[in-house]
Amino acid sequence: MGSGTSTQHHFAFQNAEKAFRAAALIQRWYRRYVARLEMRRRCTWSIFQSIEYAGQQDQVKLHNFFSYLVDHFTPSSHNERDFLNCMFTEERSPQASETQNCGDYDSIEVPDSYTGPRLSFPLLPDHATALVEAFRRKQRLHARYVLNLLHEARKHLVQLPNINRVSTCYSEEITVCGDLHGQLDDLIFIFYKNGLPSPERAYVFNGDFVDRGKDSVEILMVLFAFMLVYPKEFHLNRGNHEDHIVNLRYGFTKEVMHKYKIHGKKILKLLQDVFCWLPLATLVDEKVLILHGGVSDRTDLELLAKLDRHKIVSTMRYKTRKENKKQAEEKGNANQTGSAGRPSPWFLPQSRSLPSSPLRPSTHKAHRAGRSSSVPCGVPLDPKELSRRVRRSVDLELERCRQQAGFPAIKEKEEPSSSESEVDSDAEEQPQPTPEEWRQVVDILWSDPMAQEGCRANTVRGGGCYFGPNVTERLLQKYHLQFLIRSHECKPEGYEFCHSRKVLTIFSASNYYEVGSNRGAYVKLGPDLTPHIMQFQANKATHTLTMRQRISRVEESALRALREKLFAHSSDILVEFKKHDKDETGLIALSDWAAAVESVLHLGLPWRMLRPQLVSSLTDNKLAYKSWLENLAKEKLSQQNIQSSLLETLYRNRSNLETIFRIIDSDHSGSISLDEFRHTWKLFSSHMNIDITDDCICDLARSIDFNKDGHIDINEFLEAFRLVEQSCSGGDVSDCPQVTNSSNRDCSSPGAH
Amino acid sequence: MADDRDRDSTEVAVAEFHKKIKEAFEVFDHESNNTVDVREVGTIIRSLGCCPSEGELHDLIAEVEEEEPTGYIRFEKFLPVMTEVLLERRYRPIPEDILLRAFEVLDPAKQGFLSKDELIKYMTEEGEPFSQEEMEEMLSAAIDPESNSIHYKDYITMMVIDEN
Repeated sequence: MGSGTSTQHHFAFQNAEKAFRAAALIQRWYRRYVARLEMRRRCTWSIFQSIEYAGQQDQVKLHNFFSYLVDHFTPSSHNERDFLNCMFTEERSPQASETQNCGDYDSIEVPDSYTGPRLSFPLLPDHATALVEAFRRKQRLHARYVLNLLHEARKHLVQLPNINRVSTCYSEEITVCGDLHGQLDDLIFIFYKNGLPSPERAYVFNGDFVDRGKDSVEILMVLFAFMLVYPKEFHLNRGNHEDHIVNLRYGFTKEVMHKYKIHGKKILKLLQDVFCWLPLATLVDEKVLILHGGVSDRTDLELLAKLDRHKIVSTMRYKTRKENKKQAEEKGNANQTGSAGRPSPWFLPQSRSLPSSPLRPSTHKAHRAGRSSSVPCGVPLDPKELSRRVRRSVDLELERCRQQAGFPAIKEKEEPSSSESEVDSDAEEQPQPTPEEWRQVVDILWSDPMAQEGCRANTVRGGGCYFGPNVTERLLQKYHLQFLIRSHECKPEGYEFCHSRKVLTIFSASNYYEVGSNRGAYVKLGPDLTPHIMQFQANKATHTLTMRQRISRVEESALRALREKLFAHSSDILVEFKKHDKDETGLIALSDWAAAVESVLHLGLPWRMLRPQLVSSLTDNKLAYKSWLENLAKEKLSQQNIQSSLLETLYRNRSNLETIFRIIDSDHSGSISLDEFRHTWKLFSSHMNIDITDDCICDLARSIDFNKDGHIDINEFLEAFRLVEQSCSGGDVSDCPQVTNSSNRDCSSPGAH
Repeated sequence: MADDRDRDSTEVAVAEFHKKIKEAFEVFDHESNNTVDVREVGTIIRSLGCCPSEGELHDLIAEVEEEEPTGYIRFEKFLPVMTEVLLERRYRPIPEDILLRAFEVLDPAKQGFLSKDELIKYMTEEGEPFSQEEMEEMLSAAIDPESNSIHYKDYITMMVIDEN
């Protein structure tokens, strides 16, 4: 009770108060730290997404280019003609006799030394399970069995309707999985966690089984095996990546040729056909519609159910039979209907914005303004460029007609109906889909939901549309459905509801952009059709990392990809910087930096948020931009003695280059001649308005030809990019000592594929 | 003259703040309709350089919320309030040395570390207590598994480097 006690109390109180305040301070600081991490994580996500979608746009532009070539280019020499024909023969859908040959696996001998799984048909459930186990142990299936399995798979698929119907009466629950993208670990994990397929456990895999990941082949084998073993319970939908042209760019073609050097070509050819036979959608209890992309305001399930899905070889190219036309013309056969009779390539920029001309049959549908356009479209051209191309193509058509009919000039009458007709009666062996049919399929494979009402062209992806809640609602009502399940978009949690829970996105490839970037998920439906979501992340290493380490790693990967993009456009960026620096001080304000960079890259990124990660030193809150750009270049310049501006061009067009390589290399030999490369590159750059002189192209070609033998080895060339990346990534490994066994993909940069 | 200059530089500053705030906001505007979930507002404010306490954050949210809270914050309401905050340099971040002293208060014996239990006790019972998730996350990075303690000086250094 004396003063001693009260002083003690007083001190105790003070100490308690101090401790309270100290704790509060630490918590306050920590929460801010976490918030900043979260912001970095979101920004990282934006980077990956915007680069990914920009890459897809490139893909569309590239194929518009090739279509443009095929449709408008009049080869001036025999060699060029052959070259073009050669380039596109692989794209033809195989005829019956060809596919017979592809399925010809009997002659392939399996050596005794082969220790991988051996399949015999008809497959039994044990075989399928054994296959999963074998792949888990990193074994490889022999080409003979691959071909055999694909052959059997096709036989089965051919019998299926476009829209598969599934009922929960038979199997009590149905598990729906989304994109896998070659990530076998995720598939194995799903089977482990959810159970293997069985008559009681139905599965629907909603497309995009291949590309990007390194085990696309194995995933297909497992999926097809279970499909054959449990045909009534195991269902596959086609995704936009079940497409041989998309595969050229995104890694599946490469994977097949790498794993099956001798028979890869056969396998690819058979796959081309198998993909076309995949069903387009699955309907559960007539109430839940499962399809890969989405819907549009034009989606017509009756039409989709009726059309011949096999006709749609690729959603990237509407036309597949142009080559026959060319050959027929060259024969000078006057009895043909002539070039005016062929359907005009309505999806090219010209035909959408010009009025119909007498020399070009119009496609009425494409001209309707204000209609939801859901077609692959390139970037709109400026009027001058447009008229230049029109003039060129008009000239070419005139020339062709002249050649064909032997007259100096000819007036073709308009034949609008032929563009709508389903079949070109003459030399085509296989009927074409109508524009409407093709559009219907593109829509369901490529569309994405959006929050706003309405339906508009999906310019980000270059295919399909963005569909709003009203579109969903109308469709559900029209067909008496409860909700949609779709995939196609990566989500941080592996799934996402939208449109008042009427649309569920399900994505099953965890760590899609980078180890730690996102979870995967799958959804189970019982007889009450209530969706139950299960999430996972198939990488033990990420669990042991702290949030900070996980985010750092993913972030570094995204930043690397972004810096590469910045480098690839350095010249344009420099021009923009100079505009903001009229006084030529060499410095630029940060606000202007952000505006300049966005105006060149068009990625829609939060540049001010990202600035601390991209720009390290400032004088007076301004950036010395020349040295900043030079530093970006330094990262890239390495062993190769390719000069900086050329390197910039290479990087800017890297994915396109790789894809061009693979298209040119039609026999998948792994190398193309300098001439082939130069020729195609020249056409490509003039089409894309890439300002590059003839000399530059020669230099470029020669510098890529590292061993100077007149041939460009694709893999060597790509290896050069990988080496540069590896030397850059050395920095972040020290952060995460435990990730040696993580499921990393071969190509480290996510945007490159 | 000085007034004019001041006014100009304030205008420039405000314009720049507006762009920054808009960017940060847009990162969380998932539906592209100029709204964000109220639960994300704290993250946005903190990533703009502010370091409010939970209490201060709640007050701020009350300022930007609708009269009838919808669970969403609109950009039109957020922008002016946030601009003021930035102009006034409110909720400044905590300097490293102050942070260190805070840890030292909790470590009166000046051992240079806190035991795991001690840290848990302080963080979950004092101040503005952590949730279990927050606690686990902090521990995962801060704890030295061998000694089961937090050497706070090293911890602070590591976190600070990471920020930059």
